Amino acid sequence: MGSGYLTTILFLPAAGAVLIAFVLANRDRLIKWTAALFTFVPLALSLILFALFDRSPEAAGLIQFQEKALWIAPINAYYHLGVDGLSLPLMVLTAFLGFLAVLISWKIDMRVREYFAWLLLLETSILGVFLSLDLLLFFVMWEIEVIPMYFLINIWGAGRKEYSAIKYVVYTLFGSAFMLAGILSLYFTTGSLSMLEIGKQGLGLVQSIMPAAAIFFLLLIGFAVKLPVFPFHTWLPDAHTDAPTAVSVMLAGVLIKMGGYGMIRLCVTMFPSVAQQYAVILVILAIIGVLYGAAVTMRQTDFKRMIAYSSISHMGYVLLGIFALGKVSLVGAALQMFSHGLVTGLLFAMVGLVMHNTHERDLRRLGGLARQVPIITVVFSLAGLASLGLPSTSGFAAEFLVFVGSYTSTVVPWIQGYTILGVLGVVVTAGYILWMLQRVFYGPPLEQYDGTADADVLERVYMFAFVAVIMLVGIYPAILTDVIKLGISPVVGLLGG
Amino acid sequence: MALFIPEITLVAIAAIVILLDLFIEQKRWLAQVSISGLVIAGGVTIAMWGGSYPAIFSNMLAVDNFALFFKVLFLGVAFLVILSSTDYVSKFSRFQGEYYALVLLATLGMMLMAATTNLIAIYIALELTSISLYALVGFLKDKKSTEASLKYLLLGAIASAVLLYGMALVFGFTGKTQLGEIAQVLQTLPPMTLLASPGLLMGIVLLVAGFGFKIAAVPFQMWVPDVYEGAPTPITAYLSVASKAAGFAVILRIFFSAFGMPEWLSQNWGLIFAALAVLSMTIGNITAIPQANIKRMLGYSSIAQAGYLMVGLAAMGMASGGSILGQSGVLFFLTSYAFTNMGAFIAIIAISSKLDSDLIEGYSGMGKRAPLLALALTLCLISLIGMPPAAGFMAKFYIFSAAVNHGLLWLVIIAVINSVISAYYYLRVVKVMWLGEAASAEKVPSSGALRLALFLCCIGVLLLGIIPGFAMRLAQLAASMFVY
Repeated sequence: MGSGYLTTILFLPAAGAVLIAFVLANRDRLIKWTAALFTFVPLALSLILFALFDRSPEAAGLIQFQEKALWIAPINAYYHLGVDGLSLPLMVLTAFLGFLAVLISWKIDMRVREYFAWLLLLETSILGVFLSLDLLLFFVMWEIEVIPMYFLINIWGAGRKEYSAIKYVVYTLFGSAFMLAGILSLYFTTGSLSMLEIGKQGLGLVQSIMPAAAIFFLLLIGFAVKLPVFPFHTWLPDAHTDAPTAVSVMLAGVLIKMGGYGMIRLCVTMFPSVAQQYAVILVILAIIGVLYGAAVTMRQTDFKRMIAYSSISHMGYVLLGIFALGKVSLVGAALQMFSHGLVTGLLFAMVGLVMHNTHERDLRRLGGLARQVPIITVVFSLAGLASLGLPSTSGFAAEFLVFVGSYTSTVVPWIQGYTILGVLGVVVTAGYILWMLQRVFYGPPLEQYDGTADADVLERVYMFAFVAVIMLVGIYPAILTDVIKLGISPVVGLLGG
Repeated sequence: MALFIPEITLVAIAAIVILLDLFIEQKRWLAQVSISGLVIAGGVTIAMWGGSYPAIFSNMLAVDNFALFFKVLFLGVAFLVILSSTDYVSKFSRFQGEYYALVLLATLGMMLMAATTNLIAIYIALELTSISLYALVGFLKDKKSTEASLKYLLLGAIASAVLLYGMALVFGFTGKTQLGEIAQVLQTLPPMTLLASPGLLMGIVLLVAGFGFKIAAVPFQMWVPDVYEGAPTPITAYLSVASKAAGFAVILRIFFSAFGMPEWLSQNWGLIFAALAVLSMTIGNITAIPQANIKRMLGYSSIAQAGYLMVGLAAMGMASGGSILGQSGVLFFLTSYAFTNMGAFIAIIAISSKLDSDLIEGYSGMGKRAPLLALALTLCLISLIGMPPAAGFMAKFYIFSAAVNHGLLWLVIIAVINSVISAYYYLRVVKVMWLGEAASAEKVPSSGALRLALFLCCIGVLLLGIIPGFAMRLAQLAASMFVY
């Protein structure tokens, strides 16, 4: 089963980071090519694994490509990697965005060596979160991510970058402080750090030492900060707005997915009955996130901040899908994480491009760009339409599954009502996306943007890569849902669905 | 007598260093002689690991794995201190021989502290350490250094008196000075006599206070910032690592050998340590935030770190008999803290002696002027925050897991939130180094010995953070003598 594929995928970016940091001094072109190589190989390998993944119904709930080795004997911690239907798409997404982030960063010319070293290290840590099957390893990877983000925002960011960076660190560490307490409680109530073992035996015995609900919420706080769930969301607009483009892409694309992934993998899988008991609260928070996020997005005048707030709204759908606790809704939530990663990743990349070419990020001063930058306009509009859930884009498939799944879920009382409220979010989204497109690209062209550069070859390459995947998932969602179902079905089994 | 070779080596080398100082011109030989002495002592100590030896000096000194673990730790720290002093000693060129000799003697005192099993011997070892350190703190002879030394001496003397009083009370109550015999007397007591015998209770509280001074726990921490700031930087490092570890070694041994057994008793002092842990972590961290001097900041941070360590002591008190997770957690934490804090201070020695100031703002732009030093300091600061992949994370994980295991989840939550607070001020230094504008483009020089010491520390920090299994196993073996 082993064969080291996952280890290779996981550590290639880190190896590239070390190589760049210590060997390649001040040779910018070589550094960029090295970074591209050390992120492309993991992408290729993860696509191969995606193709090799056993999709037969018997494989439901099975962890594939496992690798396991004793890591720290005295505390019984293992180096244990593996993927199932839930983590496989997220691994592919991370590898994909990791490679594209390098391409997006091609124009970076300040402290190049450090920048790419941190960016690659960031990719390894995110991959590690999705691949780990040992709680300690999971937590280590979860924490490592903070340091590259701190530097990336702080040095290469814009605006109030120092404030945003430290706010990000403090919020994240605050969340993971509770998560660590939860993991330790889990470790001592079950005597194991293996996610698989704990998931299997359930937590019937937990009652004896401390209430399962307490552990559930300790873990949940950590994930809620990351996702982010209202009221823990305030770090996100700041971090997104002030981060450099490629980092915003990684942040919106995969980093915040760690929260949703953790909720399904740990909270729901290990504490199904607690999840059911408290689902209503979380669903309500999800709806608040959806509507509040959308309403605030409407009011933004900063281009990037707007996309940032829209993420809060879209992550509300993920939370709704997870805690509606239905089979279809959970699949929808997982698909929404993937889709949002692509769509928002593309949106941030495009915003970055527009800002770079026009040197303007205030929506009120942009306008009529469609004439000057037609390619950017087309791709931007596509991304926007995917974000508002136009059929044939991945956004539609995901949101549709979330809403249908939540509406038909039988686990949470009054869920139909909440779902309908959530659907209102889509209406508002359509409003702000179209309004934004109108304000930026249409209307009379402005003189000062004459001669603004359109996308160059490299930019077209990554734009079309994004668009192709978005359309592929939108037209044929089964390519992912078949895989996701295999990962979700055991969770649903625990919920009695 | 063979069991005493490491200690005898240190005394002999200390004497040789002082004598050599009279005759030779090339003072750098003094460092090399001292280092070779430490290496010999360390080698002999390691060779004794795992053997079963009788206690020596009419049962006053134990040669168990616990003592050996700490002896190797102290020798290692002294090794790093001397390596990193080689540049620094030029500031007191006339007294180099005395400097090295005093470092060796202080190390000797700490080794004895870890080994003694008798209250009187503990006191003597403690004084040997303290007096050497009082002198070392004042070595710079400038105003700050002298003030620090005097302050340390006066407050240390008071702490000693408090400690001695506590010992006298314990002796008065039990009639014994041998730790094992004290334990035997206590075990025959019916439960709840502790409250009925305020003398013993008072004795234990005074012991906590006396040792609390050594490990710089709140509310016995007042001396820390001034002494840390005034002392020569290698000695600050030495104080913050070795002297703290020695304090913990004695606490572990006394509280487990003598007061460990009746559960009602151990749970009481466990709670005392839990309370002190909360105070130390919170006050240490909050007062560290506004500091502008990096040595003072690390001084306050070391108070907070003592707080995390006391979480381990609390866990140990709450445990009933068979569990060694708390003790081995403390040992592992001390080891990782030794590498981390030594590393941080060594980097500071190099940078500050170039800047001729310890102000954090002076570190601006160090990432450009001295990338490797700045990288090493960053790694150490990340380890102090307790983030992976550095040693500090594993150390905290290990100690906190002991606490959770013994029902102290509330304490762990307070501790991890404190780690978040600490991230704020540690990262401030990181930020200044990597984001600030460099005051000049001049490179920061450092000697080969110092770079070697720093390199060893960073390797240690990474190894303990990524593959801590071996060190944890050693810590468990060292702590296993505490299982009844």
